[in-house]
Amino acid sequence: MSVITYRQALRDTLRAEMVRDENVLVIGEEIGVFEGSYKITEGLLKEFGPRRVKDTPIAEEGFVGAAIGAAMLGLRPVVELMTINFSLIAIDQIINHAAKIYGMFGGQTSVPMVIRTPGGGGQQLGATHSQNIELFYSFIPGLKVLAPSTPAEASAMLRAAIRDDDPVLFLENLGLYNSKGEVPDDYAEPSNDTVATIGRAKVTREGGDITLIGYSRMAMVAAQVAEKLAEEDIDVEVVDLRSLRPLDRQTFVDSVKKTGAAVICEDDWLTYGIGAEIAASIQEGAFDYLDAPVRRVAMAEVPMPYAKPLETAALPSVESISTAIKETLSAVGKRVG
Amino acid sequence: MADTAKPKGRTTRSTGTRRRTRKDTSPGLADEKPDTLLDYYRQMLFIRRFEERTAQAYTQARIGGYCHLNLGEEATVVGLMTALRQDDYLFTNYRDHGYAIGKGMDPKRVMAELYGRSDGVSKGWGGSMHMYDTATRMLGGYGIVGGQLPLATGAALAISYRGGDEVVMCQMGDGTTNIGAWHESLNIAKLWNLPIVFVVINNFTGMGTTVEMSSAEPELYKRGAAFRIEGERVDGRDVLAVRDTAARLVERAREEQTPFLLEAWSYRMKGHSVVDPAKYRTDEQREEARSEENDPIALFDARLAQEGLLTDELRDEIAASVKAEVAEAADFAENSPHPEVSTLFDYTYATPVPNESTRMPADPVFAE
Repeated sequence: MSVITYRQALRDTLRAEMVRDENVLVIGEEIGVFEGSYKITEGLLKEFGPRRVKDTPIAEEGFVGAAIGAAMLGLRPVVELMTINFSLIAIDQIINHAAKIYGMFGGQTSVPMVIRTPGGGGQQLGATHSQNIELFYSFIPGLKVLAPSTPAEASAMLRAAIRDDDPVLFLENLGLYNSKGEVPDDYAEPSNDTVATIGRAKVTREGGDITLIGYSRMAMVAAQVAEKLAEEDIDVEVVDLRSLRPLDRQTFVDSVKKTGAAVICEDDWLTYGIGAEIAASIQEGAFDYLDAPVRRVAMAEVPMPYAKPLETAALPSVESISTAIKETLSAVGKRVG
Repeated sequence: MADTAKPKGRTTRSTGTRRRTRKDTSPGLADEKPDTLLDYYRQMLFIRRFEERTAQAYTQARIGGYCHLNLGEEATVVGLMTALRQDDYLFTNYRDHGYAIGKGMDPKRVMAELYGRSDGVSKGWGGSMHMYDTATRMLGGYGIVGGQLPLATGAALAISYRGGDEVVMCQMGDGTTNIGAWHESLNIAKLWNLPIVFVVINNFTGMGTTVEMSSAEPELYKRGAAFRIEGERVDGRDVLAVRDTAARLVERAREEQTPFLLEAWSYRMKGHSVVDPAKYRTDEQREEARSEENDPIALFDARLAQEGLLTDELRDEIAASVKAEVAEAADFAENSPHPEVSTLFDYTYATPVPNESTRMPADPVFAE
């Protein structure tokens, strides 16, 4: 095991997959000469050349669609969208085409492609660059949506996404790129065939008092919350959703059956958000086990402001999640730290 | 022959109609094989009768959804399809029945798709707008205007990536030249030197909106200029002119590994779709769209007859065989089974993964 950043896990895995499979190419804005806005594609142009590392014009609809078309002929493009906000410009191609082609034509042609893109607020980027709109894609049958929270998960999930024959929206996060974690020693080997299972959530920390559910950056924050509350003798079980579509309901419902209470933390807006689906699933799957209403901790429902104090206030935090957990436990008469 | 592609006539902005010269630019028949000409004639007539049968089946509620016909565009369709090699790829918009047949799909299976049956080319999942067949490399009719352009560009990228010598043809209507996907795709195709021919079927009307109302540069073949893509225009009523111009551009795309633009002037005889009575058309426009002078089959029929290639007897023979084959397609569709409801979840994903939903509408979430 070695400790590396989430960014390096992505970069090295992408490189390994390009070495392994000639059909893998990367397409996106500023990924070649500039080496990526967030340096995930650093060094790839030098190593693989412009045929396999394609810098594009600023034309998300055009190059995402071109990647879909190339995938229809059997290439395995990995597209980088600079941030998930820009996916809105390509949304027709993603939703009306990538997600539809396999089914709409009766299963004749699959679309083996990956769209990598970071979400994430908290960087003082203002309203149009701080959104978490993975819900739009998680809503769509035909797409798979992955949201890794650690370097090891990022590596194993990216490998899985590239080798999967369906279009995968691969959600990264600006707040995770510099986070560190352990990875297997062979994580960057082209011969590494260890892939994550798409469609499975994971209990990343066991606990008996309450279930805390998150994904992507919020799964990392959830781990921090659990760590902190352990000091106050509150035993939090953490579930990392990992895959937003397909959604593994059984894993978090089983957890709630054990703990009797649940808090969901999410970086997107609450109303109609990912957490709404989780909460609905919990009430359907664990109604008789719930000792308190399911709580959601989510972004304040405003276009994200630029000013730091406003931005900080709008985002879920270790503190706000901890508060929601304590209030939930208090409501059911469990001990409150 | 080179000047077949030169623009003739002028737009009359107030009416959306065009005057144009034709006969002086059309390729002669002297060098043509009679069998080939008669084959084009038969293919065109087949599309005409197939589409008429489709309209009839639609009014009988055998076909549902949106349904757009190639009536009036038969010479364009056959000319374009003749210009492609079997291993070339085709992407089209939703007015795709004739193209599907022209690219080589079995008309029986095209009709079955229209009927939504399990023997349809897309197994009943696509319908009128979504004909698709990997074997004949017709990679889709697409219902979203402009949606096929980035895809076709990407298919050309895959060919180029592998060093193949196939070409992609990407068909669209005149209204498509104003959507973002048009600009982005043409730009990328030229930047990346991709072997693709973009073909604009200009029937002067996007649904009910004229080209002059929607395009600031209504001379559509010129609109590749912004991307340094050479454009040509051809009379879409003339199957030989379409074939020759398209073949020249397709071969140049193959040789030079660069995109081209072809505009084909063509008439949409009826409304935008089966259910559109086209009331927005002026009497003059309606007259023009349906006149025998603009009917590609009547025009070709007259030429072949004049040359002595199409006798009354032969015409009757072809008509009868076309009629029989269309009837056979309709019978096949009628008798093809509906898709089984048990196949509802078969085509959501190509790679199975855990927790895919197979929930029917009233099922509880956890009964899966």
